[in-house]
Amino acid sequence: MRKFVVAALVLFAFGLAAFFALTAPRRAVAGDPALEQGGDIERGRIVFYAGGCASCHATPGQDNRLVLGGGLELKSPFGSFYAPNISSHPDDGIGRWRTADLANAMLAGVAPDGAHYYPSFPYASYSGAKLEDVRDLMAFLRTMPPVEGKARDHELGFPFNIRRTLGVWKALYAPVPAPLRDDSGRPASWNRGRYLVEVLGHCAECHSPRNALGGIIGAQRHAGGPDPEGKGWVPNITPHGMKGWTRGDIEQLLDLGMTLEGDSVGGSMTSVVRNMAQLSRDDRLAIADYLLSLPPREGPQNPKR
Amino acid sequence: MKKTRTILALCAVGFGLAFSAGAVVAQNDPIAQRKALMKAVGDTGRAPAAMLKGEQPFNLAAVQNALKAMQDAGKASPALYPDNSKAGGDTVALPKIWENKADFNAKLAKLEADAASGLTKIIDEASFKASYPDILRGCGDCHRDYRARR
Repeated sequence: MRKFVVAALVLFAFGLAAFFALTAPRRAVAGDPALEQGGDIERGRIVFYAGGCASCHATPGQDNRLVLGGGLELKSPFGSFYAPNISSHPDDGIGRWRTADLANAMLAGVAPDGAHYYPSFPYASYSGAKLEDVRDLMAFLRTMPPVEGKARDHELGFPFNIRRTLGVWKALYAPVPAPLRDDSGRPASWNRGRYLVEVLGHCAECHSPRNALGGIIGAQRHAGGPDPEGKGWVPNITPHGMKGWTRGDIEQLLDLGMTLEGDSVGGSMTSVVRNMAQLSRDDRLAIADYLLSLPPREGPQNPKR
Repeated sequence: MKKTRTILALCAVGFGLAFSAGAVVAQNDPIAQRKALMKAVGDTGRAPAAMLKGEQPFNLAAVQNALKAMQDAGKASPALYPDNSKAGGDTVALPKIWENKADFNAKLAKLEADAASGLTKIIDEASFKASYPDILRGCGDCHRDYRARR
């Protein structure tokens, strides 16, 4: 009996150690002095809009998209997430962050104190960001006005409220941080489009169906599905769902929000359009080129169509 | 001959009745009415969108058609969202409309005003290209909060 208890304790200790080892947050970059110098504010502004930062972090209920006090609620099957304050406020925002902190947050989903972030912050996509873009973005964010007040805590059910478990989620669904490499066999516009769609724009985060653990179903990436925020449907943006669309049509949708049917997009896509309108026309055309090059994938069936 | 005339007259009366009955039904069906208004905005809006893309030559009358459809929608819509029209008829209107009626109506008033100002400002291709895109961008202000994605 005593032997059994010892064996059980040893096994439990091993299990615990393995859990901790497997779920330990891993940073993407260490302190690199070069990362902390320079940074182009105007280029950072483009990264800011391409990355859709304002869509979640702008304070809701007011019109200035550069008031980044956070607080927007993101509903999910796991509970409600509340976007944090990313203004330049030293205590409530990210005013004390170094570029390395921003890089670890965006690329690896790790907070400055070493905790995991929830993947409602799309680091699974941002993991492919270029470090110079992070540096430019940091330079831009430093020019944002400070906003007082922290956002409320997420409201999640058990076991999702235990941040440590996110180590398992990351091992399953978040790529190892590494800047997306250009495919030399493809035109520059396609490569730029792929970077904007897959990394900064994180289109797949909403435009793909997810499994029970909240991981994107790879075979249906970009193929749309039920709106995770509630009523409605997120469209398929692979050629399967974009029959009849030209690159000019997609460019116009991203600029003005107008669909081929003469409808105007709704929900959080309106915010995406406001971001994309800040990009150059060439960037929007690059996005169109990349989307049109995707393999046509059939997603879940929209019952309304 | 007389008989034929009577039949024709009866038919005309019948048609008239059927037509006004249809109109009454539509008047009592705000969901159908507001859908028709929005559909008109979409249908008339396709030509100006094609002009912006350079796929169609500029045509002032078509642009004015689209702006008039927007103006009509902005003017008529506030009355078309009564409390008993929150559901049914496959509506994509979100419950938020009835929680923020004042804001919703203010945005419809802005749509009407933007369209009206477009009708006076847009007189040629240059003024069309300068002001029409911003009018379209205004659509998102309402669709963001008040219409379900589909």
